Amino acid sequence: MTAIALKPKGTPGDVLAVVALSVVGLVWSLCAAAFADDGPFRIHAYVIMGASVASLVACIAGLADGRFVNRPDRYADDVIRAGVFASLFWGVVGMLVGVVIACQLAWPDLFYFPSAGWLNFGRLRPVHTSGVVFAFGGNVLLATSFYVVQRTCRARLFGGIASWFVFWGYQLFIVLAASGYVMGITQGKEYAEPEWYTDLWLTIVWVVYLLVFLGTLWKRKEPHIYVANWFYLAFIVTIAVLHITNNLAVPVNVFGSKSYDVFAGVQDALTQWWYGHNAVGFFLTAAFLAIMYYFIPKRAERPIYSYRLSIVHFWALIFIYIWAGPHHLHYTALPQWAQTLGMTFSIMLWMPSWGGMINGLMTLSGAWDKLRTDPVLRMLVAAVAFYGMATFEGPVMSIREVNALSHYTDWTIGHVHSGALGWVGFISFGAIYCMVPWLWKKQRMYSNALIEWHFWISTIGILLYITSMWVSGIMEGLMWREYTPQGFLAHTFVETVAAKHVEYVVRMAGGLMYLSGVLLMIYNVWRTIRGDAPEEVTTSDLAYPANAVAAE
Amino acid sequence: MSERERDDHSGVETTGHEWDGIKELDNPLPRWWLIVWYACIAVAIVYWVLFPAWPTLTGYTPGILGQSDRVNVANDIKALDAQRGAEGVMLEKASLEQIEKTPNLQAFAMAEGQAIFGNNCAPCHGQGGAGGKGYANLRDDVWLWGGQLADIEQTLKYGIRSGHPLARVSMMPSFGRDGLLKPQEVNDLTEYVVSLSHRTASPGAVARAAPIFAAQCAACHGPDGKGNQAVGAPNLTDSDWLYGSDRRSIHDQIWAAKGGVMPAWIERLSPAQIKAVAVYVHVNSGGSGQATPALTSAATPTAAATDNTVSTTTAPAPAAQ
Repeated sequence: MTAIALKPKGTPGDVLAVVALSVVGLVWSLCAAAFADDGPFRIHAYVIMGASVASLVACIAGLADGRFVNRPDRYADDVIRAGVFASLFWGVVGMLVGVVIACQLAWPDLFYFPSAGWLNFGRLRPVHTSGVVFAFGGNVLLATSFYVVQRTCRARLFGGIASWFVFWGYQLFIVLAASGYVMGITQGKEYAEPEWYTDLWLTIVWVVYLLVFLGTLWKRKEPHIYVANWFYLAFIVTIAVLHITNNLAVPVNVFGSKSYDVFAGVQDALTQWWYGHNAVGFFLTAAFLAIMYYFIPKRAERPIYSYRLSIVHFWALIFIYIWAGPHHLHYTALPQWAQTLGMTFSIMLWMPSWGGMINGLMTLSGAWDKLRTDPVLRMLVAAVAFYGMATFEGPVMSIREVNALSHYTDWTIGHVHSGALGWVGFISFGAIYCMVPWLWKKQRMYSNALIEWHFWISTIGILLYITSMWVSGIMEGLMWREYTPQGFLAHTFVETVAAKHVEYVVRMAGGLMYLSGVLLMIYNVWRTIRGDAPEEVTTSDLAYPANAVAAE
Repeated sequence: MSERERDDHSGVETTGHEWDGIKELDNPLPRWWLIVWYACIAVAIVYWVLFPAWPTLTGYTPGILGQSDRVNVANDIKALDAQRGAEGVMLEKASLEQIEKTPNLQAFAMAEGQAIFGNNCAPCHGQGGAGGKGYANLRDDVWLWGGQLADIEQTLKYGIRSGHPLARVSMMPSFGRDGLLKPQEVNDLTEYVVSLSHRTASPGAVARAAPIFAAQCAACHGPDGKGNQAVGAPNLTDSDWLYGSDRRSIHDQIWAAKGGVMPAWIERLSPAQIKAVAVYVHVNSGGSGQATPALTSAATPTAAATDNTVSTTTAPAPAAQ
C-alpha cells in the first residue's frame, strides 16, 4: 500500500493554538482563584491553573525537542494507546463507585457522614454514572473512533496535536465534573450535572474533536465513507447539539460555580429528557454501533451482512431517536400529546434499533464456529445480543401503561444496566481486546483463559444485576400502587425500600463480579503490553491482518 | 464503483467497496424486519388517531376517543373518595372527640392516619412511632406538649420551633456553654437530675445542686422536677428521656441544650388529614393524655377519663409495623 503523502506543516499552528488557549486558561484561573465566589470553585480554579501550566510545559518541551513533527505516512496511534489506558482507569473508578453506592443502597449507613457530604450517595451517584458513561465510555469512543477513522480512511488523524488536545481536554473535563460532584457542584440535571464553566470547556474540546474527525474524513484515501464513520459522526455532531442546548445557563457570577438554566418548569424538563434520552441514543447507541461495525467484521473476518440495511437503519435510527425523549415524562405536567409522540416514536424505533443487531449478528454467518473458541468475538456478539434485548425492552417500557408501573422503579435501573453492562461494556471490552495486540504489535493477548473468565464472570454478573432489578422494580411498582380496601395507600415508601434489601445485595454482588472481570482484563492487558504472551499460537487465536500503513 | 465480487459462503454479491479489509454484502432488507417495522408505524398512526398526539397552531389533535389524562385523574380521585365512603366526608366536619367516640369513624381515621404517618412522620418518629434519641416516643403516654387530642392536633398543625407564628417554642438555656453555670455546678446539677429519677447519685453533689436547681431549673421543670407541659418542659422524674438518660447525655443537655424542630404540617396536610393523624397518635399512645399532677393547666378529669374509656374499648390494635 502506498504511503500517504501530505504536505508537511511548516509552522506548528496547532501547537500555537494550544499554547494560546493555555495562556487564556492560566489568566482566567488566576482571576477565578483570586475572586472565587465559593470554596469548591476556587479548588476548580486551581485545577484549571495546574492543567494550563502542564499544557504550557508540555508544548514548550515538545517544541524544544522537535517532537511535533507531522508524520503523514504513519497513523497517529500514541493517542489511541493513551485512550486505552484512560478507558481502563476510568472504567475501574466508575464501576468501583458503582459497587460502593450499590452497597450504600443495601446498607444505608455505609459512608454516611451527615456533616461531610463527600461520600454520601447523592454525591457519589453522578460520579458513578458520569464515570462509566462519559469517562469510561467516552474514552473508549475517543480511542476507537481515532483508530477506526484512520484505518477506514487510510489517513493520519487531522490537526497535528489537536487529537492530543482532545484527549487531555476530555480528561480535564472528567476531573472537573467528578470532583465537582463530590464537592456539591451540580446543576441538578441528570447526566448533565457539570456546571457552566465545565460545560463550556467540554464544548471547546468537543468542537475540536469534530474538526479532527471531519478533517480526517476529508483527506481520506478511500472513495467512500465506511458505515462506522457515519455513526461516529452522527454521535459527535448530535452530542454537540444536545450538550449546548441542554446546558444553556446564566452564571450567577463569572467567578462562581452556580448558574441558572434559561429554561424553566416543564420546558426545562422536556429539554433535559430530550438531551438525556439522546445521550443514550447517540452516545451509548450510535457511537457503540460504530465500534460494532468495525470490530465485528474485523474479528470475524466476514463481510458486513447488508449494506442496504446499514443505510436504512442508520437514517431511521437518527431521525426517530431524536423524538423519543418525552417518554421519560409520562404522566407528568408534560402535555399528553407530547407524551404520545414520545411513546409512539419509541415504538417505531424498535426495528431501526434492531437493524444494527441484525447486521451485527448476521455478519457472523459463516463464522459462527469461532464463537466456541474466541471469547473476544463471543463478547462482541453477546454485546449485540444484550443490545437487542435492551432495545426491545426500551420501547416496551415507553408504552404509557407499562411505564405507569415501571417508572421511578428499579426496573429502569435494570434496563439501563442491561444496556450499559451488556451492550456498552462488552462491545468496549471486545474492542479493547482486539486493539491492544494490534496497537502494541503483539501476536495475541497474554491469556485467552483470562478472557474466558472475564466473559463468564461478567455475563453472570450482568444476569444477576438485571434479574434482581426486575424483581425489585416490579415489586416496588406494585407496592406503590396498592390501596387498602378503605382507599388508603397500603405501603409506606420506606416499607417498599426495606422490601428490596435482598435484591439490593444481589445487585451489588452482580456489580462486584462485573468489576472483577474488568480487573482481570487490566491484568491481561498489562501482561500483553509487557510482551509476556507465550509464543505458541493455539487454534483460538485469530490471525489479524497486518495494517496497511505502518503504525507509529 | 469497484468491482463486485461474490461471497463464497453465502453466494451473495458484495458492494465492491473495501475498508481496511472489511467488505459489505449486498443483502436486501430482511423481510420480517420490514414487516414488523411497518406494523409498528401502523400502531403509532392508530394511536395518533385515537389519542391526543400532534400539536397544532392553536392546540393539539385530541384523538377520537376523547381521552384525557386530566379527566382520568379527576375521575380516579372521585372514585377514591367514593371508596372512602361517608366517613371521609364526616371526618372533615366531626370534632376530634366525635371521631374518637364513633367506632367506624375512628377506624377510618386510624387507617388514614397510619398511611399519612408512615410517609410523613415515620422518618423521624420511626415506623412504629417509637421515636429515637432526639425524636419523641409517641407510643407511650409521656408528653412534652400535652397528649390530649387538641394538644396533639395543635402540635401537628403548627409544629415545634418550626418558624410558624403559632408554633410551640421552648428554649432550654445552654448553662455550661454560655457560662451561666460553672463546670462544677453543671456536674453537680447532673447528679441532682439523676437523683430526681430515683437513681443513686452522689449525695454531696445533690446537696450542693439543690439551690441551683431551685434557682435555675424549677421555673420550667417545677420545684419537684415533674415538668410543665404548658412550656414543653419535660418531667425529669420518670424514665423517659428525649436526649438520653445516662449521666453523659444529661450533662451534655445541661451544658449545651438541644432543641428539635417539628414542621408545621398545616402547610402540607389538609385539616382532615391532620385530624386523622391526631387520632392515630392519640389512640396509639394509650389515649389518655393525662397531664402530670404538677401541671396546673391539666384538662378536667372528666375529659381525660372519657378519652381513656374510648381508647381502651374501641381502639384497634396498632397495625403491624
